[in-house]
Amino acid sequence: MRRTLEEAVLPAFVALLVAAVVGDILILSFGQNPGSVYRILIDGTWGNAYGFGQVLYKATTLTFTGLAVAVGLRAGLFNIGAESQLAAGGFLAALAGLVLPMGLPALATLPIYLVAAAAGGAVVGAIPGALKARFGAHEVITTIMLNFIVLALLNYLTAAHLKVEGTLHTAEIHAGALPRLSSMIAPFHGSAANVVLLLAFVTAAAVWWFLFRTRRGFELRATGLQPAAAEYGGVNVGGVWWRTMALSGALAGIGGLNYVLGYKHYYEESFASGAGFLGIAVAIVGRNNPIGVVLAAFVFATMSQGGLAVNAVVPKQIVDVLQAVVIIAVAASVPEVRRLARSSA
Amino acid sequence: MSSVESSASPTIAIRLDDIHKSFGPVHANRGASIQVARGEIHALVGENGAGKSTLMRILGGMYSPDSGTMEVNGRDVTGWTTAAAIDAGVGMVHQHFMLVPTLTVAENMMLGREPTTGGQLDRDRVVREVSELSKRTGLAVHPERKVAELSVGEAQRVEILKTLYRGAKILILDEPTAVLSPPEIDELWQVLRGMRERGETIVLITHKLDEVMEISDTITVMRQGQTIAQLTTSKTTPAAIAKAMVGRDVQLAMHYAETSPRAAITSAPLLEVRDLVVDGPRRAGAVSGVSFAIAPGEILGVAGVEGNGQTELLDALAGLRPVRSGAIRIGGVDVTVLPVKSRGDAGLSHIPEDRHARGLVLDYTIAENLILGQQHRFTNGPRLDNDAIVDNARRQIEAFDIRPAVPGVTARSLSGGNQQKIVIAREMSRSFQVLLAAQPTRGVDVGAIEFIHARLREARDAGKAILLVSADLAEVLALSDRIAVMYGGKFATILARRDASEEVLGPYMTGAEHAA
Amino acid sequence: MIVLAFLAQTLRIAIPYLFAASGGVISERSGLIGLGLEGYMLGGAFCGALASYYSGSPWLGLLGAIGGGAVLALLYAATAIRFRADQVVVGIAINLLVTGATRFFLRLAFHSSANSPRVPGFGSEQSGTGLSSLVSNPLIWLGIIAVAVMGWLLYRTRFGLRVRASGEHPEAALSVGVPVNRVRYIAAALSGMLAALGGAYLALDQHQFSAEMTAGRGFIALAATIFGRWDPLRAALACLFFAAAETLQIQLQGAQIVPSQFVEMIPYALTIVALAGVVGRAVPPAALGRASE
Repeated sequence: MRRTLEEAVLPAFVALLVAAVVGDILILSFGQNPGSVYRILIDGTWGNAYGFGQVLYKATTLTFTGLAVAVGLRAGLFNIGAESQLAAGGFLAALAGLVLPMGLPALATLPIYLVAAAAGGAVVGAIPGALKARFGAHEVITTIMLNFIVLALLNYLTAAHLKVEGTLHTAEIHAGALPRLSSMIAPFHGSAANVVLLLAFVTAAAVWWFLFRTRRGFELRATGLQPAAAEYGGVNVGGVWWRTMALSGALAGIGGLNYVLGYKHYYEESFASGAGFLGIAVAIVGRNNPIGVVLAAFVFATMSQGGLAVNAVVPKQIVDVLQAVVIIAVAASVPEVRRLARSSA
Repeated sequence: MSSVESSASPTIAIRLDDIHKSFGPVHANRGASIQVARGEIHALVGENGAGKSTLMRILGGMYSPDSGTMEVNGRDVTGWTTAAAIDAGVGMVHQHFMLVPTLTVAENMMLGREPTTGGQLDRDRVVREVSELSKRTGLAVHPERKVAELSVGEAQRVEILKTLYRGAKILILDEPTAVLSPPEIDELWQVLRGMRERGETIVLITHKLDEVMEISDTITVMRQGQTIAQLTTSKTTPAAIAKAMVGRDVQLAMHYAETSPRAAITSAPLLEVRDLVVDGPRRAGAVSGVSFAIAPGEILGVAGVEGNGQTELLDALAGLRPVRSGAIRIGGVDVTVLPVKSRGDAGLSHIPEDRHARGLVLDYTIAENLILGQQHRFTNGPRLDNDAIVDNARRQIEAFDIRPAVPGVTARSLSGGNQQKIVIAREMSRSFQVLLAAQPTRGVDVGAIEFIHARLREARDAGKAILLVSADLAEVLALSDRIAVMYGGKFATILARRDASEEVLGPYMTGAEHAA
Repeated sequence: MIVLAFLAQTLRIAIPYLFAASGGVISERSGLIGLGLEGYMLGGAFCGALASYYSGSPWLGLLGAIGGGAVLALLYAATAIRFRADQVVVGIAINLLVTGATRFFLRLAFHSSANSPRVPGFGSEQSGTGLSSLVSNPLIWLGIIAVAVMGWLLYRTRFGLRVRASGEHPEAALSVGVPVNRVRYIAAALSGMLAALGGAYLALDQHQFSAEMTAGRGFIALAATIFGRWDPLRAALACLFFAAAETLQIQLQGAQIVPSQFVEMIPYALTIVALAGVVGRAVPPAALGRASE
């Protein structure tokens, strides 16, 4: 077991090291001092309450999309569609919000929103899963293609029918909006962090329990590790595929609540803004383990918020570059680390 | 029959001396030596896992030997590369064809040494040269057809032609007839004889003794990585070859333990198979009409060379492959179209041929692998009952002496023998009526073999029905109450143990005899 | 006249797709997944604009674009081949990398995170939609030639045969001495350079680089590659088809017959249909995405 822990964690460290080097080079090219830029980054994220609140907010969405991709990967499925599943979940939740009568308390409406968001994501996720089970269509391409289709569809629905005039978003929901953390913890004033963060932690724990403590989770992981053996063991592999994709989509969809329920209280064009794709990074760096996913979500959220903090000094896109570098470095070092571990066994 | 004597003394085309090769813990070649004269057809025989392919791949440049020397036509070539081997005229035709299915025959022929004219591929030249070569050697091929459309026999001809096109004078064929029908085999023999007449040298890796007798001039027998005997075909018999192939150390002699006089089997059969027809992944009718029944307290052994439909038969019985026609009943229940899980619930246990692909999830722990296929019995609502799982694991580990005796260790880190023990422990400890045991002791060390055989006999004595499929004839003879021989997708015969022996079964296994 | 204008417009829109799809074909046929096409294209647009601006010559701009595309693609190939990294992950990461890096360097070079200043292109000052401006743009010709060259390369040359073998059965290719890894590196470089030219066309045509100006065209090119069953000519036809649909939608914009978003969906929906085998299955090269032994 110790060996697997090293195998799991080493790539992340290597990746952060490589990112630091690249970061230094980019900062220097802008004529700035890496040390001071990194300090600004830390100050702007974990060094003040507003910044930290923003980190929490971003980490919430990334946890959900990261869990979505991680669950898929555990079953051997690469879900690139988290972006559109996230959007669909948020969209359906916003619709529910428009329909629910005003004044209902959040406790009553939350289950409804959860179901709506999960359903939105699940439907979008299930389609590629079913295509794979039935036709053997590779889910990488179908999820990418579906991303475009679904986002275009949502764009159309919003622009043509649902948007508030002059804006790119739907009307504000009537009932059951969730409070921001700032309403409970004053220093977070102004930040978008909200109680959906707690839902994220609960979901991560639930996913962990599902994967490692339940029979279905056992079968899901077996399917990902060795489909032939899972089949021999009585598992319906095609069924696992499409159900896992539905679950994956549902997890991403629930992430939409962060924006729609907890922050702006409406659905807005491209609110997802890349969280679906970053979810892939979070899952990979988090080694497809829910605990790792939460940690990785915080790392990437810190980087994203840090970008905004340093934007006055170095372009905030330095963070996008570094995030990509981290992904590439992890992807490159995972097989290498595994090879070295095997040959020394 | 030997080749025409030349006036000059015959040269040695191939000499491999004291070759050792290991892959991790597996010692595939232990001091193997082989000598082949020019212009002869040499058979390299041995059971599966004897080390024949490895030795020839070393000759072909695919692997380097750990120690030992190699000479081709008198030149020292120890440890050379594939490219050097091809240039020197050594061509290998693998068991699994190295042909690109979407390219044409001509394109496959020229891959790696493509002639060009004005920057473009000179297709016409290749087609011309291939046609000429094809005529000259008698290997009929269609240069413009895509390889994916070829029959297996034609694909093999292309593979052989590929080596000749590159100027091969020494040809190594790895189990070439494993995928051929009898008429195609005859064609192949004609081609090989033609090559021998032209002074070319052929090494045939095989375990089919009838072929050895028919086509080869000389023989090398391998067993467990060593070369045991060098024989001249005209001076030996199949029995002598078989003995050299299969001979065991006396201490390990497996004997058929006659239990208390067995009453005539009158109880209803636990496993009934009727007129089963199953299509294989590439061949229709891989199983073409098999019927048998196994009574409680009986082991039916299926002997036969691999590739005669045993895999498809097992897959169909287990529920991993659909059945074209026919019926399967377990304990009277028709399970022909039922999924794997339902067959397990109906009392079927399955020790799969390939423990790595099917039998184990290597990255799961011993405890987890011990419940694979049974996970729904270890639940507490939706969750897995971890205590029950660990408990189960401890009991199995002890009962079957699995090492290391730690339930939380991943299966990947265990030795092959212990991995197999996990599979056996799992499949034999649960409640079952019928057990499919495929190659149960493959890759298992000596002590464990005895242990596993004892468990199988125990289950038989407790009234279970066991179907034992094994390429190890000695094992089949040691355990079975009745023995069937599978050849060409059918049971060539079913005999009572007392009527069976290696001599009796041999002809059925090689297709030389069919039951009425 | 209307027909001619329609065809001209379609061709304009199709050129970036033609370049990138040709690149996608050679890459995927060799066994390397072409998810980075979008990144190569955007990188090519940026490098092309940058080189053209500083040198004053759009031809040197093309050179810059080709260089940028090649570097990105070789980075991808190295991680996939040498390190056996998951090709999907790295492909997506390359796209993210280029999106961020182009904005970063945009600010570094031009102090704007959205647009570059005007860069010299191939057209004259008035870049009309007329036929003459179309014919005078060398990239239009290059794009068409690229398709023809790719077809010739893939089916008539030694390199093309080796590419096809590497993508279908690399073990067989290795067994006859084909240097599969080297073949893949070259195929990757070609894909990067071609896609980059597609991006350069965009930038030089608009005489400007704007952030994320490729807007998903790389993925449409990938869709064309798949829908065209990995054949250069079929993929090119798919590109033209997708471009025609876009043109139609633009020209009908006023009429509001079909909302633009649904026209956007066409390439992607068709690709899914092709993969699901509704009209004959699209089977990718057998070794696509697998690191060879």
